[in-house]
Amino acid sequence: MSEAAVSSGALAPDISSDIRAARSHLARRFLKNTLGIAALAVLVLIVLAAIFAPLLTSYDPNAVSVLNILQGPGAGHLLGTDGAGRDVWARLLFGARFTLAGALLATVVAAVLGITSGLIAGYYGKWFEAASSWVTTLLMALPGIVVLLAARAVLGPSLWSVMIIFGVLLAPAFYRLVYAAVSGVRNELFVDAARVSGVSDFRIIARHILTVVRAPIILQASIVFGIAIAVQVGLDFLGFGDQTIPTWGNILNDGFTNLYRDPQLVIWPGLAIVITGVALTLFANALRDELEHSAHPGRRRRTTAATVAAVTAAAEPVAPVSDTIVHDEPDTATEAPLLHIEGLAVGYPQPDGSVTRVVDDVSLNIRRGEVHGLIGESGSGKTQTAWSVLRLLPSGGEILEGSIRFDGEDLSKVPSAKMQDIRGGRIAYIPQEPMSNLDPSFTIGSQLTEPMRIKLGVSKAEARARALKLLGQVGIPNPERTFASYPHELSGGMAQRVLIAGAVSCEPDLVIADEPTTALDVTIQAEILDLLRDLQQELGVTILIVTHNFGVVADLCDQVSVMQKGRIVETGPARSLFANPQHPYTRSLFDAILDESPARGPYAEVLPR
Amino acid sequence: MLTFTVRRLLYGIVLLFVIVTLAYLLLYAAAGNVGRTILGPTATQATVALKNQQLGLNSPLISRYFSWLGHALTGNFGSSWFTNQPVTTAIITRLQVTLILVLGAVIVSAVASAALGVWAALRGGWVDRVIQVFSVLGFAIPGFLIALFLVRIFALGLHWFKPTGYVPITYYFGGWIRTVTLPIIALSIGLVAGVAQQVRSSVIDSLRQDWVRTLRSRGISERSVLFKHVLRNAGGPALSVLALSFVGLLGGAVIIEQIFGIPGLGQVAVLATSQGDVPLVMGLVVAIGVLVIVVNLVVDLLQGFLNPKARMS
Repeated sequence: MSEAAVSSGALAPDISSDIRAARSHLARRFLKNTLGIAALAVLVLIVLAAIFAPLLTSYDPNAVSVLNILQGPGAGHLLGTDGAGRDVWARLLFGARFTLAGALLATVVAAVLGITSGLIAGYYGKWFEAASSWVTTLLMALPGIVVLLAARAVLGPSLWSVMIIFGVLLAPAFYRLVYAAVSGVRNELFVDAARVSGVSDFRIIARHILTVVRAPIILQASIVFGIAIAVQVGLDFLGFGDQTIPTWGNILNDGFTNLYRDPQLVIWPGLAIVITGVALTLFANALRDELEHSAHPGRRRRTTAATVAAVTAAAEPVAPVSDTIVHDEPDTATEAPLLHIEGLAVGYPQPDGSVTRVVDDVSLNIRRGEVHGLIGESGSGKTQTAWSVLRLLPSGGEILEGSIRFDGEDLSKVPSAKMQDIRGGRIAYIPQEPMSNLDPSFTIGSQLTEPMRIKLGVSKAEARARALKLLGQVGIPNPERTFASYPHELSGGMAQRVLIAGAVSCEPDLVIADEPTTALDVTIQAEILDLLRDLQQELGVTILIVTHNFGVVADLCDQVSVMQKGRIVETGPARSLFANPQHPYTRSLFDAILDESPARGPYAEVLPR
Repeated sequence: MLTFTVRRLLYGIVLLFVIVTLAYLLLYAAAGNVGRTILGPTATQATVALKNQQLGLNSPLISRYFSWLGHALTGNFGSSWFTNQPVTTAIITRLQVTLILVLGAVIVSAVASAALGVWAALRGGWVDRVIQVFSVLGFAIPGFLIALFLVRIFALGLHWFKPTGYVPITYYFGGWIRTVTLPIIALSIGLVAGVAQQVRSSVIDSLRQDWVRTLRSRGISERSVLFKHVLRNAGGPALSVLALSFVGLLGGAVIIEQIFGIPGLGQVAVLATSQGDVPLVMGLVVAIGVLVIVVNLVVDLLQGFLNPKARMS
C-alpha cells in the first residue's frame, strides 16, 4: 500500500464515521417523531399480516362458493363473502401479498435502474449523462397508465410484467435524485483526495457517495411504492389485471360490481388502500422533515424562533443601565425635533415566556434637516431601532416600551392603516443589500411607479415621467433603459441608486438608511455617499443613517449616536464627538478605523479574556 | 425568448418523433397475427391471409413505418381495424371531452391550491394543520377511490350530479355541469394536495425575502404585497409542480373516465389496447405526445412571464 493510500485510509474512515454519526443521529431523531413511528408501525403490521396470512384465516381466498354469495360480516366470515362467495378477510390478507409484492417489484426495478444509471451518469458524465437525461425526459413524457394498457395488450394480464414495466417508467424518480446528489459530490475535495490516492471508483461510490443519498432514496422509495400501489390497484379495479389472483384492486372491482347489492364490500379494500397510502405518506413526510432538519439545523421553526435565534445570537444581552454621555450642543433645540424617540425597548418573546430584549431605553432626537448617524457594531440593536421607527420589525419582534414621536404623533401607537400612509410617504427606507431588496419579478419602472401612484395619486404617465427624472437624478446614465430593466439586469451600485430613488420618490420628511453602502464595492460606496449628501442638500430631507463605519459618519453626519448592546452610550454633534470621544466603546470604535491607528492593538491586550 | 421557445418546440418534436417511432416498431413487432386477432379463431386460414394482405401487413415493417409516417404528417392515421372509423375522427371527438376534464382539473387545482396554500402560509396554526392533513390524504388516496366516494355521496345519495354519462356543453349546459363536476373534482384532489403544499412553502419563503420589507416600507398595501408581489414570485415553483403532474393527470383521466362512463380518450385507450387495435393506439400515442409538448410549451411561456430570469436562459 502506498503512503497516499494509507493517508487516505486514515482520512476515509473519518469522513464516513462523520456521515454515519449524522445518519444515526437522523435515525434517532426519526424515532422521536411520533407520527413517523406510528406510520412505520402500521406499515410493519400490514406486511406481517401479508406474510402470516395463512395463520390469520382458515379460508382459501380463491374458494368459490355459490351457496355463500354476499353474506354480510359475522357468521363464520369475519368480513362476509363477496359476489362469488369467497371470504373477504382471506382475500384481503392474501391480496396484501400480491399487491405489496407487486408494488415492491416496481420499486426495486425503478430503484435499481435509476440508482445505477444516476451513479454512472453523475460520476462519469460524458455521453452516458446526455443519453440518460434524454431517456429520462422521454419516460417522463409518457402517461404511465396508457403505456401499461398497451403493454397488457401485448403481454397479457400479468401483475408482475405490468409492475416491471411500471418500475422502468418510474426509474427517473431515482435517477434524478441520485444524479443530482452524485454530480454535486463528484468534485468535492474529499472525493478528489480519495481518487488521487488510488481508491477504486467502486469503493468511492459505495463509501462516499451512496451514504449521502441513502436517506433520500428511502424517502423516494416510499413515495414510489405508494404510486405503484395506486396504479396497480387502479388497473385491477378497471378489470385489466390478472383476475385469478386476489389483489386489493380485484377485491375493489368485485365490491364495485356489487355496489348496489352490498355497499360494504368496497369499504374493506378501500380502507386497506387508504391506510397503506396514508401510512406511506406520513412515513415519507416524517423522514423528509427529519432530513431537512438535519440538513439545515433550525430551519423548521424559522419564521419566529429562528429570527429570534439570529437576533439574539447577534445581539448580546442588553448592557447594564448606565447613563448616556451627552455632548453639549451649542444651539439647543429651538424647534421640536422631527423624530423624538423616548425610552424605546424592543424585544422578542420566547417560547418559554421570557422576552429577549435587543433594544432598551433608547432615546434619540433628530431635528428637521439633519443627518443623524446611528453607529455601533453588528448586533448592537441599531437596525432594530430603525425598523421600529418604520414599524417593520421581523415577525415576533415588538416594541415593549417607550414612544416614537414623529412630527408630534406616537408611531408606536398609531393604527397600522395610518402607519401604512406614513411609510413611503413621510418616512422612507433605504436597505442595506441592494440586490435582495428589489422584487425580482417586476421591472424597475413598475416598482418605482407603484408607490408614487398610491402616495401622490398621480397618473401612470406622470409617475413614469417622475420615475425617469428620479433615475437621472440619482446618477443612472440611461434612465429609459433602467426603467424597463429587471433587477437581475442591474449591478449592485445601480440597484442601490434605484432604491435611493424609490426612497425619495414620494418626497418623504425622513429617510432611514440602513447601512446603505455596506454591501457595495469601495469605489461605489463613495459614489453612493456623495449621492446621499447631494440629495440631502437638494431636498432638505432628514436622514437617519445606520452604520458601523465612522468614515460614513465623518462624511455625512451632523449628529451621531453610538449604540452598544441595545443602548445608546454616547450622543452629540459629530464634530464634538470626533474631537472628544468619551465612552470607552466609542473610543474602541475609533481604534478600529484602520487608517488612523495601528491595524492591531498590542497582542497582550487581547490575550487575557 | 423567441429562440428559447423555438428551441423547446424543436426539442419536443424530436422527442415526439422518437416516442412515435419506438411505439410503432414495438407495437407491430408484438402484434402477432393481426388478421387472426381481428377475425377470431373461427375464420379460415385463407380469409386471415386475405385480411392481412388488405391491411398491407405483408410488406416489411420499415417500409410500412415510413408509409404510415408519410400519411401521419398529412393528418391521416389510417382507420381502426375493428370499426373502420378513421383514427383522426375517433380521437378528435374524444380528445375534446378529455381536454375539458383535464383542463377543468388544472384550473380548479390551480385556483384551489393557490387559495389553500396562501391561507395555510398566512394563518398558520390550525388552518395550516388542517390543510396539511388534507394534503396527506389527498396525496395518499388514489383518485378513483375519491371518485367512488364522491359518486356514493353526491350522485347516488344526494342526486346532485349524474353518477355516469356525459352531456356535451353545446347540447345542454346544466346537464354538462351535472356530468363533469364530479370527475373534475376527483381528478383535482390529488393535484391540489401537491400544489397547495408547494404554494404554501413558496409563499412562506417569499414573505421572508428582504424586498417584502422594502415594499412595505414604501407604503404598499398588504394586499398588493401579497397578491401582486409575493404570489407572482411564488407562482413559478407551483407552476412547475402543476406541469409535472399534467402527464399523470392524463393517466388519471383514463381511470376516471372509466368510472364515470365518459366517452373520452381514456375509453378509446382502454378499448384500443384491450383489442390490440394498433392504428388507434398509434393515434393515441401521437395525440398524447402532442398534448404533452403543447402543455410544456405553454408552461415555459408562463414561467417566462412569471420569472424574468427564465426568459434569458
